Amino acid sequence: MKITRRGFVKGAGAATAIGMVGTPFIALGASKKVVVVGGGTGGATAAKYLRMADPTIEVTLIEANKNYYTCYLSNEVLGGDRTIDSIKFGYTGLGKHGVKVVHDVVTGIDANAKVVKTKGGKSFNYDRCIVAPGIDFKWDTIEGYDAKVAETIPHAWKAGSQTVTLRKQLEAMKDGGTVCICPPTNPFRCPPGPYERASQVAHYLQQHKPKSKVVILDPKPKFSKMGLFTQGWKDLYGYGTENSMIDWHGTPKGSDDNVLTGIDAKTRTATTGFNEVKADVLNVIPAQKAGAIAFAAGLTNDSGWCPINLHTFESTLHKNIHVIGDASIAKGMPKSGYAANSEAKVCAAGVAALLNGQEPGTPAYVNTCYSIVGKDYGISVAAVYRLAEDGSKITKVSGGLTPTDASAEMRAREVQYAYSWFTNITNDIFM
Amino acid sequence: MAYTTLKKALLGALVISASSAAFAADDKKPLMTGASATMLSNTCAGCHGTYGASAGPATPSLGGISNDYFIETMQGFANGEIKSTIMGRIAKGYSEEEITAMAGYFSKQKFVSSKQAFDADKAKKGAKLHDKYCEKCHAEGGSSAEDDSGILAGQLVPYLQYTLADYKAGDREMSKKMKKKVNKLLKEKGDAGVDALMNFYASQQ
Repeated sequence: MKITRRGFVKGAGAATAIGMVGTPFIALGASKKVVVVGGGTGGATAAKYLRMADPTIEVTLIEANKNYYTCYLSNEVLGGDRTIDSIKFGYTGLGKHGVKVVHDVVTGIDANAKVVKTKGGKSFNYDRCIVAPGIDFKWDTIEGYDAKVAETIPHAWKAGSQTVTLRKQLEAMKDGGTVCICPPTNPFRCPPGPYERASQVAHYLQQHKPKSKVVILDPKPKFSKMGLFTQGWKDLYGYGTENSMIDWHGTPKGSDDNVLTGIDAKTRTATTGFNEVKADVLNVIPAQKAGAIAFAAGLTNDSGWCPINLHTFESTLHKNIHVIGDASIAKGMPKSGYAANSEAKVCAAGVAALLNGQEPGTPAYVNTCYSIVGKDYGISVAAVYRLAEDGSKITKVSGGLTPTDASAEMRAREVQYAYSWFTNITNDIFM
Repeated sequence: MAYTTLKKALLGALVISASSAAFAADDKKPLMTGASATMLSNTCAGCHGTYGASAGPATPSLGGISNDYFIETMQGFANGEIKSTIMGRIAKGYSEEEITAMAGYFSKQKFVSSKQAFDADKAKKGAKLHDKYCEKCHAEGGSSAEDDSGILAGQLVPYLQYTLADYKAGDREMSKKMKKKVNKLLKEKGDAGVDALMNFYASQQ
């Protein structure tokens, strides 16, 4: 029997669409075009799940890079337990789901004409557009720091070449050196990330350069998973003693004690409101805002992030454009990889329903986030969320942190579950 | 203290018996309920794999497991009867109807055996031990989800080891039948016997 691909896909698609949304009417052959801008965690997940929800939707994903390096577990590359290639992913898997992947830079989105324009001079029409811009940095908040300086004083907050640079600097550092990490102000991508990074760097130093130290200059009075991290640092790195490998300097509310004001790239000196630290390796993570395309497309508000309808992630500023992931203001959810993956699925289901003339169904969201503090020492935070009926907030209904009295066995299991998280979420996004 | 205990007991009861309408925000704003089975189950994929097929190394596959086993386990996580790292925190977020919906979704998916390393000699010994001690409930070499028992063949071995350790330590309750067989296995074959069994389950790919 010979079935033409076109005919087969159409038939299968109609069946799936009916199964999915119980639709009263589907105009077969009607255009259902979605352009996804950005192939990170949110964008790639949305593209795949759109095709899973309704294979009659034509999905084009536009992404500048041929490969994506995950931020999650990039701290293990710094710690030396993981290679940079193990966090590298390509886009051939999405192709197998029928997603058309285009490597180009999106320069603008015309919300009225429903057209996405690229640097390569191409135009892509859409019925709905999903934008997953990720983050950009507020360079002007730190004197002496910009995108160029970041090549030698890396932020490494977008994984890839800067992760490798920072790792090389740690390897080249002499024993007895100081690694200075400057986390950003809230809100930012991956709230526990800077502290997992401090842990992973200490993990490396303890094995190879035990006289060295990690100094954290934090503009905040407290941080994500703070109780668990400090407990882990006590258990593993002598935190709180004279020989502690990690020193954390916070900033009380209303003070500027450890708010980074400037750096001297030549001497690797970090200057805060009160402190000055000359480091051997300096890691500056600047304050953040939505990725550049969000600004170019007029999707941001005064906060520098993108306001959205929490049910469908449709922008409240431009119709038919949805914003997911770190750049969105997903009230109640953190800026994490799992959250972006979860938001993308809610958004994809909503977009599929809307394109089929349906009301979007009830959403369901989850976040699960692991941090690896050291060998066999994992901690986590998880949450299940529901949308408020009035749409005002994504509300946590259960979840929480690893208990502080968890046994060594349970902490070791959490590391294995963290690795499983990584394998499965990256498969869920890219395969 | 008695109040706390009572509150805990009531909370546990709520998770199991109440409808999803019981979920309300801290500020008592009513919350949406009635998400589809697919919508709910998709939130699990980040840890358990798309369609519940886990690539490991440890988080178990959910696709193809028994409907009732899924429900029992989720309820056990939620009321604290089953020890867990993260699932206790997560399971409390779902109503009975939602757990049932997810059970339906995952039990209809295909179980995908994991690709795991194993020792062929040990696996051969393990196959015999399985027939003697486990096959009665974990039928067809541990690959069947019938009798509402967990699938063992091709399941992630670290997960099986954690679970068995919890059973042995009394952190998770075994059924009478299972307790008898597990104790017999441990008495007659010891840890080497367990190791052989694990290699057998890993070999079922």
